[in-house]
Amino acid sequence: MKDDEKDLYFVEGIAVPQTPLPGEEPAAWGKTAVIGRRQPRVDAYERVSGTAVYPSDVVLPNMLYGALLRCPHAHARVKKVDASAAEKMEGVHAVLTGATLDGKVKWPYNEEVVTDLFDTRCRFEGEAVAAVAAATPYVARDALRAIAVEYEVLPFVADERKSLAPGAAQIHVNGNMIKSETYARGDVGQGFAEADVVLEEKFRTACEIQAPMELHGCVANWEGDSLTIWESTQGVYAVQAKIADILGLPLSRVRVIGHYMGGGFGSKLQPGKYTVCAALLARKTGRPVKIFLSREETLLAAGNRPPAAMTIKAGVKKDGTLTALQFSGLGSGGAYPAGGTSLLDWLVRDLYVCPHVQSEMTDVAINAGPARPFRAPGHPQCAWALEQMMDSLAEAIGMDPIDLRLKNIPLVSQARQGKPPYTTTGLSECIRQGAEAFGWREARRRTAAGRKDKGHLKRGVGMGSCLWFVGGGGPPATVIVKLFADGSVNLNMGASDIGTGTKTVMSMVLAEELGVRPATIQIEHADTGSTQYATPSGGSKTVPTESPAVRSAAIAVKQQLLKMAAGELGSPVENLRYTGEFIEAVDSGRKVKITDIAALKKQGVVVGIGYRGPNPEGKVVNPFAAQFCEVEVNTRTGEVRILRFLGAHESGRVMDRLTFDNQVFGGITMGIGLAMTETRILDENRTGKMVNRNLHDYKLPTALDVPVDMVSLPVDLPDSEANNTGAKGLGEPVTIPTAAAIANAIYDAVGVRVRQSPADPLTMNRLLAEQGQEVRS
Amino acid sequence: MRNKEDEEKTGQCQCRRGFTRRGFLTSVGVGAMAALATTGKLSSAKEASSAEIAAEQAVVITLTVNERSHQLLVEPRWSLLYVLREHLGLTGTKVGCERGECGACTVLIDDLPRYACLTLAVEAEGRRITTLEGLMQGEELGPVQQAFVEEDAMQCGYCIPGQIMSVEGLLRARPQPNQAEIRQAVSGNICRCGTYPHIFKAAARAADLKAKR
Repeated sequence: MKDDEKDLYFVEGIAVPQTPLPGEEPAAWGKTAVIGRRQPRVDAYERVSGTAVYPSDVVLPNMLYGALLRCPHAHARVKKVDASAAEKMEGVHAVLTGATLDGKVKWPYNEEVVTDLFDTRCRFEGEAVAAVAAATPYVARDALRAIAVEYEVLPFVADERKSLAPGAAQIHVNGNMIKSETYARGDVGQGFAEADVVLEEKFRTACEIQAPMELHGCVANWEGDSLTIWESTQGVYAVQAKIADILGLPLSRVRVIGHYMGGGFGSKLQPGKYTVCAALLARKTGRPVKIFLSREETLLAAGNRPPAAMTIKAGVKKDGTLTALQFSGLGSGGAYPAGGTSLLDWLVRDLYVCPHVQSEMTDVAINAGPARPFRAPGHPQCAWALEQMMDSLAEAIGMDPIDLRLKNIPLVSQARQGKPPYTTTGLSECIRQGAEAFGWREARRRTAAGRKDKGHLKRGVGMGSCLWFVGGGGPPATVIVKLFADGSVNLNMGASDIGTGTKTVMSMVLAEELGVRPATIQIEHADTGSTQYATPSGGSKTVPTESPAVRSAAIAVKQQLLKMAAGELGSPVENLRYTGEFIEAVDSGRKVKITDIAALKKQGVVVGIGYRGPNPEGKVVNPFAAQFCEVEVNTRTGEVRILRFLGAHESGRVMDRLTFDNQVFGGITMGIGLAMTETRILDENRTGKMVNRNLHDYKLPTALDVPVDMVSLPVDLPDSEANNTGAKGLGEPVTIPTAAAIANAIYDAVGVRVRQSPADPLTMNRLLAEQGQEVRS
Repeated sequence: MRNKEDEEKTGQCQCRRGFTRRGFLTSVGVGAMAALATTGKLSSAKEASSAEIAAEQAVVITLTVNERSHQLLVEPRWSLLYVLREHLGLTGTKVGCERGECGACTVLIDDLPRYACLTLAVEAEGRRITTLEGLMQGEELGPVQQAFVEEDAMQCGYCIPGQIMSVEGLLRARPQPNQAEIRQAVSGNICRCGTYPHIFKAAARAADLKAKR
């Protein structure tokens, strides 16, 4: 902060919005002073200086280190666990096994499927078998090696497409079928009959793993009967609820703190067995216990995006009217019910206008680690199939891919009961503005001409569009804003900032309303002991959920200040204006400095409480997007270089342009991983074990895998119907159409359809060879 | 998938002479790890030719971290990462894989970016170790840190200390790097949030800020 700003809590010369009278709804923001600008993060200093304490950084006095012993087999029965040698080791303080727990501690995989914490039946490689606490992590790992486990190795099934085959290994007593769902509207038979062109294709996306950079884990500490957990989590209240339930504790005895966290992408919406083990070991030893998983453990047992095998059949008229879409999807959330086909068909149902739609989805069990929600569950997989099919249809009827999409833009959510309208639909703007900025039509002409060239480097451009089935947020959210006597402000909010900039955006909302500097705002968040209830940060809903509550709380503060000033200025509240520095009376022209209001000085603080109001009835709030890319395929090596990317995103009002762009680039990068490099490989024939359980073989996109030329093009459409800040979610749509856009660009370059992800050089070589293109090594 | 042009351009560049994901396996570190794995014993760095000691037998070493000297009792098998974080409280250095794959633990050893998870504490004796905390000038951010703030080169922020150290190491060797050199320099630091474009910008701005100071 500059020296001349040090004693100023407010920003000079910035107009703050009119304060509504109590009971009135605030008007939508017009021209904003703070919202929408490029605001660096309010906690950036902490994050780059090393002073931010992430849960994995917590070191408490007398703390022990815990570790979990995990089943090395894809499917096995634990016959005997001998921990006697481990217990006697110097530095080992506690060992937990199935025998020591005696079936008293349960782990709910969901509401119906509940097992022992250390179950004798291990249905996936990496299932927990025992846990230890020791003086150092090194001794803890020594102790794990000293535990002798006798396993009966059982037959396994590792491929979802073989799970229901006769003779497949049976994972649960009722078989391997987890769930099947169907959906229909109209009559697809009629739709196909009306079509000029009908195409059918099969697609598959590989299993992808969240792999946030901070490992999953926690530190647990008991003070008497009260448990405190520092967990790397997206939702402290969700962790509190599950741990209290498992350990039979009142919610008030479980405090969960998660101020900073190093990424989750859905895999940290819930606690893990590690959380329970840390709490149990801490209770047994009477000392704090820290358990953070190894990278290998997180790849095996801390969630994934399920593999999806999809068939899509589509009918279209020559003029581009879609007549029918038929979809079947097979997925697996691993060994336990975990949303293996969650939302897998949603884009088919809802993205484009289509009268006749039918889908069926089958979720089966395989012997692999359970899925956890992964950034836009189901959507990138479905986009991989649907968006490639849209391009195939466009080609078949001789239409440009963007024209086909523009022909079928929906204004209502067709898949929902009663076909409710969207509050705003930015889909066509995203496609039009994105195509314009990308230079789509010129690029298509250029790549079409390039196909005739003899060279081995072929360029192609592709695009994909999407919606995200929620993203409007909603109640409950409660936020408390305190304005102190010196005019500085404290924000109290339970939501986690998972890296999206939540704290920064909320500070900007306060700055916009109160006229205070974002830097002077103190934030308490993500602590069940001291902050307000919040749902976990996931589903692209944190900004549209929390920001309206923050705005309401700020308004509540202003209303109280106006009331305090009314007596002092001798004017009724409706004649007073809050300006940031002063409260002015429009009738008398008198004014009082906020910090000079006698009642504020006496009271010391003004407390404003804000609640998230309901979403508009009968309307749907969804974000929309279109992404465009250009690739270069080397037909000799099968390598694909991504040359440039553009993301056009409509997520209501742009709150912070800096963090907005950052989200867009991040989503595209993650989508590049799905399209190009990421796949969980299970040894499906011999052992069922994961063979690439490290970050060398499970390839996350690096700095060399993303194009330098990445453009974020916000389609800024404040959604005044959605909520009082006009914001919609962004974190998930940014990764939905990416992989499909790349696949479409590859097709444009070399005319091969990559039906199965990832499009690595081996796959590309095979596809190019099948198509008869020259491949030389 | 790798950008061939960039690699060719930087093939001659010695700007990142520290450990890379691939380079490590051919260097001395693997010898020490292999010896530990097979015999459970390790020669201490100081006394390469003298008596062997057991992996869990503590030895006294002196580490120079951020220009301060620390005398420590460590097991020879302890990584520099573990000692920095859990014993010296320097948690700016992050832990992401403990096997040289992610770069979250990058520190500078004698000005070169190195993975602290693949460096045994005993190996680091007598070297100049710089961590994220060591880039601070009192309570003021160093130029690379400042550039990361201004360009919003962070999301969850967990990989960022490692990214900053890699950029710092790059700039100490090459004060005015080109785009390809920047990309190469941070290619051993994975950012799962995908903040790379902002990191590239921050690295370029950091070079400018450093030149001005």
